[in-house]
This record gives sequence, structure tokens and C-alpha cells, in this order.
Amino acid sequence: MAILINKETRIVVQGFTGKIGSFHAQDMIEYGSNVVGGITPGKGGQTHLDRPVFNTVRESVEQEGAEASIIFVPPAFAADSIMEAAEAGIKYCVSITDGIPTQDMMKVKQFLRKFPKEKRMILTGPNCAGTISPDKSMLGIMPGHIYKAGNVGIVGRSGTLGYEAADQLKGLGIGISTSVGIGGDPINGSSHRDIFEMFEQDDETKIVVMIGEIGGPQEVDAGIYANKHMNKPVVAYIAGLTAPKGRRMGHAGAIISSAGESAAEKVEMLKDLGVTIAPTPSEMGETVAKVLAKL
Amino acid sequence: MDIHEYQAKEILAGYGVKIADGGLAYSPEDAVQRAREIGGDVWAVKAQIHSGARGKAGGVKICKSHEEVEAAAESMLGRKLVTHQTGPAGKVCLRLYVEAGTNIAKELYFSLLVDRTHESIIMVGSAEGGMEIEELAENNPEKIKKIQIDPAVGLLDFQAREMAFSLGLEPSQISPAVKVITGCYRAMRDLDANMIEINPLVVTGGSGKLMVLDAKMGFDDNALFRRQKVAELRDKSQEDKREMAASDRGLSYVGLDGDIGCMINGAGLAMATMDMIKLAGGEPANFLDVGGGASAERTEKAFRLVLADEGVKAMLVNIFAGINRCDWIAEGVVQAVKKIDMKIPLIVRLSGTNVEEGRKIIEESGLPIITATTLAEAAEKAVKARNEQVAKEAGATA
Repeated sequence: MAILINKETRIVVQGFTGKIGSFHAQDMIEYGSNVVGGITPGKGGQTHLDRPVFNTVRESVEQEGAEASIIFVPPAFAADSIMEAAEAGIKYCVSITDGIPTQDMMKVKQFLRKFPKEKRMILTGPNCAGTISPDKSMLGIMPGHIYKAGNVGIVGRSGTLGYEAADQLKGLGIGISTSVGIGGDPINGSSHRDIFEMFEQDDETKIVVMIGEIGGPQEVDAGIYANKHMNKPVVAYIAGLTAPKGRRMGHAGAIISSAGESAAEKVEMLKDLGVTIAPTPSEMGETVAKVLAKL
Repeated sequence: MDIHEYQAKEILAGYGVKIADGGLAYSPEDAVQRAREIGGDVWAVKAQIHSGARGKAGGVKICKSHEEVEAAAESMLGRKLVTHQTGPAGKVCLRLYVEAGTNIAKELYFSLLVDRTHESIIMVGSAEGGMEIEELAENNPEKIKKIQIDPAVGLLDFQAREMAFSLGLEPSQISPAVKVITGCYRAMRDLDANMIEINPLVVTGGSGKLMVLDAKMGFDDNALFRRQKVAELRDKSQEDKREMAASDRGLSYVGLDGDIGCMINGAGLAMATMDMIKLAGGEPANFLDVGGGASAERTEKAFRLVLADEGVKAMLVNIFAGINRCDWIAEGVVQAVKKIDMKIPLIVRLSGTNVEEGRKIIEESGLPIITATTLAEAAEKAVKARNEQVAKEAGATA
């Protein structure tokens, strides 16, 4: 089954006719993603990449049955585009856009919460590489050919480090059910934990890989969830063991930040929660292979 | 982006928050002049650097005469102040803030900041302000009041009152405290700040007035495009020169203490590569994320930036080509090396789209570039090359 996207998922591109939107829309179409159109306000009625252009997301939902969207809109307008998608009834949205103001993202998250859970749009990103279910659909900007189809679910903050993991797995003959980029911003649409819940429910996924980073509570939260609610094994790598301590002004951050922000602390806490740690980034693939061999 | 205390106070004063009389000085003469204008017989001379904990570093002095003001100014201007927040390099003090002395009866703490866990702005306060607030948070968390602010409705009056009551104030001080709290919140919201910290917020002796004695503000870099006036407050003298040069060129660079220079695409992969260098026994000289589109031009800029650090003994390039292609990157690297005349070993690891073509370009260039296929191999080769380079340089000087 994979999670979030499949071969049939009907995709629209927000910021369709722009340079970046066009480039990646073309790439997704070539990969085999079911791109049914795109949105560029003011260009509705035109055809772009042999697909219809709409003025609003709502029109694309009504006329083409759009279910998922990907956002390439500039940062000043991206939050608005995400909320437009949610209101129009899009079920899953990826925001590639990087540099969205933090307070805009707070509004977005608040806006999404007003929908009852069964009608609430799932958002991943912003500032991510997107999501891919290999050989089925790509909703992102990754190089599709490095992903082999299989049974490993990947969730990570970083784009290129996610590519590294996929590449190592492919080299070992191991494939991926779905790889989800949740993005590097302080406030993001979905957390590692949110994606863990989906992987736990997915028949095709046998093992979950989390690629985390220093900062924020999300990796440890996901570890706690896995410990309590997951039957599938989890492998994690946390980048930034050698990263310098963030320079900051004032005491405010230290007062509210919970313990376990540094990579070393996260690794220790995750180990205690039963997560298998890949000790180095070059051993992500091998660590997964070892855990898989025991299943 | 951070700003100075005096700038934060000016902003907050515009939102109705009470601050002491004060003025900016660029020289000891200026400082004395400001003291004269302010009047009275006690002044605080405060070094304007982007850091807290200035008092312990000699950056805040209480003066009781114009001569003392002059001497304090002499002692701070042009000096590098080192606090636990600046790191060992310290920050240079080029501006002073001279302020009327305040008779302090009580020190309180108040801040607003972005709370990643709850995805909202959080308000934090304590009746026990001052320098030891971090210890208080650790040892007596019950003495710290935290209130989440709903992004949809903003700060509500009852929340501001709740915070004010938790600060242990007299009834007559509640309304002025609410004014400080709401003023700070409006500044935070209107200007896309990500942190406002008032430490201490003081109750003055005698009159029992509330006054902001020190203020720090930090802003969301992603929102500066719509906050032109805030962007103008940037003080480049407080930023690392190379980091500044990098950000002006659209690159993300952080200087570190090691000697293996790095150029990598993507922050996560950059951190992972630095981890590998360290595990292989080396120390990275920098964090450098060239981003997705590593064009030949960007590659050359990145090379120049890394090599501007004269302590660098070897350079490692690790690119996982997603959107771009390894052959384009290889061409960029070859061009940059030819143009720059590199004197230290270069290790290149390419992966991803068109990797074979990329490796071929490097090999056929005839340049002494060391190549690697895996991340581990790249790190090991970089450390080995660095050690050889160090030995070679030692031999040359001996």
C-alpha cells in the first residue's frame, strides 16, 4: 500500500507555471506521478505541460478530483497557499518552499486544527524534499531513480541525507515503501511521530528508519511513541554529534527547551526506548540490513 | 537576527513599555555628554554587544561621576568582550548605552518566545529575575510561570493579568505590568520577533514603578523581507565575517575550530559528513551548505570561502546530486581548482544523478584530486590527506 501517495493519487502543483514548479512538475510526470493539473492564480483556463491550469485549488478539486498538492509558491505567499489547499479539500499537501516565516507557520497549524481529524489535510514540510513511494508516485524534488521499491519506511528532516540513506539501501538491494521528508524548519506540518503512526498501519512497511537532527523534541517524542505503540522495529540516525552548540542570546531558549536537544542526548534516550541506532551516517544501510535479517 | 539592547528598548518604548532615560555613545566624550543630558548622579554604562551576561565580562558599569563614566567608556570601547554566550572569540564593543541609574527594589523576569513543541508563542515569567534565571528554571521550575498564546486569537487580557499576578506584585503594579506584557506581545507579533527577553524587569525603590532594565530581541530571518525597518537594525560588526560573507552569497557557513574544510549540499548531509570526519579522527574547519543548485559559480564562491580560512589543511567536497547533476558539479569543481590554484589536498565524493560522468570529468582533468565513493571513505581520505599536509608543512619549516 505505501503511505500518503500511490499510483492513483491525483496530484496538483501549486505554483505550476513558474520556473521551479514547471521543472519539478515535468520531473514528477516523467517518474509516473499522476499529475492532473496545477494552480497559478490568473492563468486559469490555460494548458501547461499538457495539463489544465486553474485559478484556485478548489476548482482543481471540483474539476479534476485533486487529492494531493505540492507547493512551489514563494515564501511570502506559501502559508496562504497551504491554507487554500486545506480549505479546498486537498487530503495531503507537501510544501517544498523554504523560508516561510515562523509566525505564518503557527497560523497554518492553527488553521489546520479547526478541521475535524477525518477531514484535516495532512501537511509535510515546509523546507523538505517531498515524499516518494518508489515505482508508484513521487510528490517531491528528489532524484527518483535512487529509490528502489521495497519494505523500508523512511522519515527524515534532511533532503540529501535522506538520499544518502536511500542510496545505501539500494546498494544493499533493499527497497523503500515510502520515504517522507518532514523538513528542517522549527515548525513543520507533520512530525516524525505522525509519520510513524502511518508506517505502523501500513502493510507494505516492515521497518521504519528515522533520520533526525540536533534540536527540538520531535525525535525523542517519536521514540516514545514507537516504544509504546509500535510493533515494527525502528532504526535511527541523528546527525550533528559534532555540531557546535548553537550560539544564542539570552536565557529564554534554555528555560523552555526540554532535555535531549543535543544529538548525543537524543541517541542515548532513543537507545533506552529500544530504537536501534546507526552509529554513523555511512552505516544507515547496514544497520537496517542487520535488523531486517532478524525479522 | 539579533539586535542591541538600546534598539530593543527603543522598539519596546514605542509599544508603551517604560524604559529608563538613556542615550547612545560612540566615544568616551559622547558618553559623558549623554550622562550630562540625562542628569542625576548615578549612571549605568553598558557595552552594546549581541550577548547577555555582559555584567560578568565587565560590560556593565555603575558610575557615580562623569569621570567614572569616561573611564568606564574607555575600558569598554573597542574591546572584545567574552561571555559564555559569545564563545571564546568574543564580540567587539563599538557602541555604548548610557542610562540613568535605577534604584532597584526587586528584579523580575519576563520573556516571550517561539515554542516549537506547542507551535505557538509562549510567555514565561518569574518573580525571581536576574542573572540566575537558568538555574532557577532547572532547580525550582515551580517558580517559573509559562502561558501558551493561541496564534489565532493572540494574547488575551486575562492571560496577561494571570502572568502579572504570578510576578508577585502589589495590586497597584498589576496594571502597569499588564501594559509591559501586552506591549511586548504586540512588538513580537507585529515585527515577527522570535524572542523578547526582559531580564530584569525591575520594581524601583521608593516609587515602586515597573521598568525594563535590560531587553533582548531576536527576529525571524525568514520574515525580514516584510520588516524592512527591523532589517535595517542589523549590526554587521557583531557577526562573524565569514558567516556574513557566506549569507550575503546565499550560502550557509559556520566557522569551527578544526582544519578540514568542507563543502556539502544540504544541512543534514553536512552535519553527517562532519560527524564522519570527527569519527575518522579529524576536526572540521567549517559547516558549509551550498544548497540544492550548486552551480559552477556557487562552487567557486564556496571554495574561496573555505580557503579564506588559512588554517585549513585539506578540503572535502561531498555532494549528493538530486536536482542537479554530478557532471555539472564536477565541472564546477575542476574550474574552481584551476582558477584558485589550490595548495592543499582536495577530496571529492560525488553521488547521485550522473555520478559516472562526474567521476570521469574529475579523473580526466589531470588535477591532483583525491576521489572517494562512500561517505566513510571520503572522511578517512580527508583525514589522511590532512595529516600528510600537516607533516609536509612541518617538514618545510624545519
